[in-house]
Amino acid sequence: MTQVNRLAGGQIDRTKTCNFTFDGNPYAGHSGDTLASALLANGVRLMGRSFKYHRPRGVLTAGSEEPNALVELRGGARQEPNTRATTIELYDGLLAKSQNHMGSLRFDLLAINDRLSNFLTAGFYYKTFMWPAAFWEKLYEPIIRKAAGLGSLSLKDDPDVYDKGFLHCDLLIIGAGPAGLMAALIAGRAGADVIIADEDFALGGRLNSETLSIADQSGADWAAATIAELSSLPNVRIMPRTTVIGAFDHGIYGAVERVGDHLHTPDANKPRQVLWRIYTQKTILAAGAIERPIAFENNDRPGIMLGSALRTYANRFAVAADKRVAIFTNNNDGHRTAADLHAKGVKISAVVDVRPDAPRSMDYEVLQGEVVDTKGRLGLTFAEVKLADGSIRTLECGALGMSGGWNPNVHMTCHQRGRPVWNDGIAAFVPGADLPTGMIVAGAANGDMSTAGALKGGATAAKLALGLKGRLPKLPKAEDAPINLKPFWYVKGCSRAWLDQQNDVTVKDVKLSHQEGFRSVEHLKRYTTLGMATDQGKTSNMGGLAIMAELAGKAIPEVGTTIFRPPYTPTAIGALGGRHRGQEFHPKRLTPSHKWAEEHGAVFVEVGNWLRAQWFPREGETTWRESVDREVLATRKSVGVCDVTTLGKVDVQGTDAADFLNKIYCNGFAKLAVGKTRYGLMLREDGIAMDDGTAARLAEDHFVVTTTTANALPVYRHMEFVRQCLFPDIDVQLISTTEAWAQYAVAGPNSRNLLSAIVDQVISNEAFPFMACANITICGGLRARLFRISFSGELAYEIAVPTEYGDALMRKIMEVGAQYDVTPYGTEALGVMRIEKGHAAGNELNGTTTALNLGMARMVSKKKDSIGSTLSERDGLNGDGQLSQVGIKPVDPNDPVPAGAHLMDADGPVDAAHDQGYATSACYSPHLGHAIAIGFLKNGTDRMGERMRLVSPLTGVDVQVEITSAHFIDPEGERLRA
Amino acid sequence: MIIDHPLLGPRDASEFTYMGDAKLIDRPDWQSQTAAQEFYEYGYLRDNPAGWHEELWFHEAGDRSWLVVTRNTVTHDISKVELARDVARARGRSK
Repeated sequence: MTQVNRLAGGQIDRTKTCNFTFDGNPYAGHSGDTLASALLANGVRLMGRSFKYHRPRGVLTAGSEEPNALVELRGGARQEPNTRATTIELYDGLLAKSQNHMGSLRFDLLAINDRLSNFLTAGFYYKTFMWPAAFWEKLYEPIIRKAAGLGSLSLKDDPDVYDKGFLHCDLLIIGAGPAGLMAALIAGRAGADVIIADEDFALGGRLNSETLSIADQSGADWAAATIAELSSLPNVRIMPRTTVIGAFDHGIYGAVERVGDHLHTPDANKPRQVLWRIYTQKTILAAGAIERPIAFENNDRPGIMLGSALRTYANRFAVAADKRVAIFTNNNDGHRTAADLHAKGVKISAVVDVRPDAPRSMDYEVLQGEVVDTKGRLGLTFAEVKLADGSIRTLECGALGMSGGWNPNVHMTCHQRGRPVWNDGIAAFVPGADLPTGMIVAGAANGDMSTAGALKGGATAAKLALGLKGRLPKLPKAEDAPINLKPFWYVKGCSRAWLDQQNDVTVKDVKLSHQEGFRSVEHLKRYTTLGMATDQGKTSNMGGLAIMAELAGKAIPEVGTTIFRPPYTPTAIGALGGRHRGQEFHPKRLTPSHKWAEEHGAVFVEVGNWLRAQWFPREGETTWRESVDREVLATRKSVGVCDVTTLGKVDVQGTDAADFLNKIYCNGFAKLAVGKTRYGLMLREDGIAMDDGTAARLAEDHFVVTTTTANALPVYRHMEFVRQCLFPDIDVQLISTTEAWAQYAVAGPNSRNLLSAIVDQVISNEAFPFMACANITICGGLRARLFRISFSGELAYEIAVPTEYGDALMRKIMEVGAQYDVTPYGTEALGVMRIEKGHAAGNELNGTTTALNLGMARMVSKKKDSIGSTLSERDGLNGDGQLSQVGIKPVDPNDPVPAGAHLMDADGPVDAAHDQGYATSACYSPHLGHAIAIGFLKNGTDRMGERMRLVSPLTGVDVQVEITSAHFIDPEGERLRA
Repeated sequence: MIIDHPLLGPRDASEFTYMGDAKLIDRPDWQSQTAAQEFYEYGYLRDNPAGWHEELWFHEAGDRSWLVVTRNTVTHDISKVELARDVARARGRSK
């Protein structure tokens, strides 16, 4: 097919032909075309089906406000639904498909919906599918979702990379039309740091779409010359294909730059899109205006579009929407369209103007009247005009331009809750006074609809924004036509006249909404869906508001607008996510022994951001339990080693360090001797346990505090809060040293023998008893720290070296420990051993438990002030019936005792009212040969030996258990003191 | 949002962690006769103003200062940013 509707001129590059495919048919266009302009050039008016009634649709606009011509762009993993044909830059090899039809685009089986339109009015679904309730989810919704909808997803991973960036400037200019370019020129020449962004790939705004001149140049040439000068200024950054999507707090703007969307395949070395966060002192909003349609019967046929879109296609893209074009207008702009098209050789059937004083023309017929209906199944063929005398005249035309006036693009002025105000002169909302900080509006966005007005507005705004002194430079002479508009929203008596083509909302629906009491604009929007979906009602909202105002007997400004929210145009989730996806969603932290662990086949688990070895499978082991049981038994028998670097470490120094620990821990630290370590329980101010760890006193004024892995950050934050906000004069400094030290737990009866071969000092039981700590050296002089603390219940140490020696120390421990069959163990074995020993961990410190619940009530010192001590004495947390930590073992050793299951009296009912407690941590104990758990039980300490039921109705668990001490091994603690 | 840090100048809000009402600085005296009641009020009662609000922000991805930020909860305007330590001292806290 040839480009039957291609005209002469335009701003396309005819030397570059782009072959493309739409719905499987091959076409050709040129570089500089959009998909929409290239389809029109090839005589294709039908581009999609409507959302609800599946009516045939073509383009309505030539810009990002397009409601109709949504297509699936590209194939495979890059398939992108709901992409506007009017903004897709044509490239060679482009592939697009129409969407939302069953069968072919021309013969859509779901077009039956159009015949059923009397039933499918606003609120249809709410009213119809109410009964029976169960049918909604299973039957109605799937069918409705299938029938009504937009494009489809590829369901494959997005192969492209998206990025985020930060920009700073003195002045951000949104929109590169005449106002924006003039502002940039003045600000740029004045030396300010300027960013000028425009959503289009060609800068110039309407100047590219009009035949109007500036000084002695065409508007497009003036724009090109201006951009050339701006490009030469190092302080001006020009950003085409960049949509500013929102105005946020304190002069921060979001913008999406489409770096690779106009290429056949995005450059592998560049992100496809970049989400910019722009920090600016001042902003000039020069976003222009959007023309609005007029509602009349069957005004949605392919070929019926905005008059300004007809001009854009003719002047910029050298495309006639059809050979014969009619115009329906309420203002002079419609005549401009007719004149431009006539000059390009397009036949003007007639200009239909609602005004009695419409300008006349020698070149084409001007009729006073209204378009009352149209014909043409898959595209416009005839328009019926009711003339002023009441007679009907039929016009033959394949395209019809609607000119209902222009709406300033006020969106961004409202993102900080600003409300637009009504301007009678142009019958439209213009920006109000409550603009986002630092914003000035210029040009058509501010209601100045002439080219001269835009140039002057841009220049004035730049001067104001930068506080420039002196007079404005002389501005080039440009078109300065007055507005002559008669507000006209819809043809009286019409019903199936579309206001919102994207959501199939007609004049009839707005009337129904009014009739049923949904009269506020916010209700109107939600009841009819007017203004929803990808176009957010850019071409439809005003018409709906105007009709509602008329029905309610109010003025339009009294009815008001719905709230404009970011983003200005649809933004890909990929762009918002940037590189933060998959593994890169959060940082990945590796322990110093990670490489070693990988070499030894470790299975890793994510703990917070850390990757920790979970277990180390050996050859022949077929289940994780085999590996874990082996690691536990080997550690308890001889010696094991585990990387515990991930535990939080906070260095606490200062003359008041001991006092400080007294504040943050419920138990006392003032009397802790130098060279000793103590377990500490940290409460929240409400008396609930927050975290636990150890504090080692390395010097009178120096402690090292450890936290759990998960709470390293919140605990540090809390400690700083206590230090800075509660006790501002306390002489203490804190620093997080989690990443500065590599730390290993060496546990088991042979741990001392092993470490003696590495540590330079004597560490006999006398010289270095249980809970000792010291600065030491290892391997003949490397500084290190040694703590005799035990999580496993065995004779155990934790040894720390500067992180860079962590890998070497792990290898050294394995080498020296070979004679003791040293076994590396992972977090699972660590967990098994601590459950066997009855040590509380995250499952027990779960945000609901107190020191009393944990069996540590006596630790909460009454002799000092500490965070949480006062509220831990509350009645509700004390007295009879409180939970306390217990051990749980099955009566039949083959039974499981799963965590999460609840304890019930052996002979009582199983329901929430009779709940006695629950299991928090469970494991198989290789030491005991059966499953064990620890958990919480009401008055648990008094119920040792009691038989109970452990039940989990959800998972079908119901086993007999015995309540025991939580210390399944070595309850007297002889091993760790050995 | 941008928070004008008293030591470091304007910083993006994403560097900070929010905690809440700066009344949390006014921790009651544990030895007061009515300590239990005072701690209950301190821990659980907050004003929720539509308008100016003094609140605590922690410069977690920065210098680890706790700040008292006076922010309008309706407009997000920020009128004052102080070091929480200075505010605490001014309110009579010491150690």
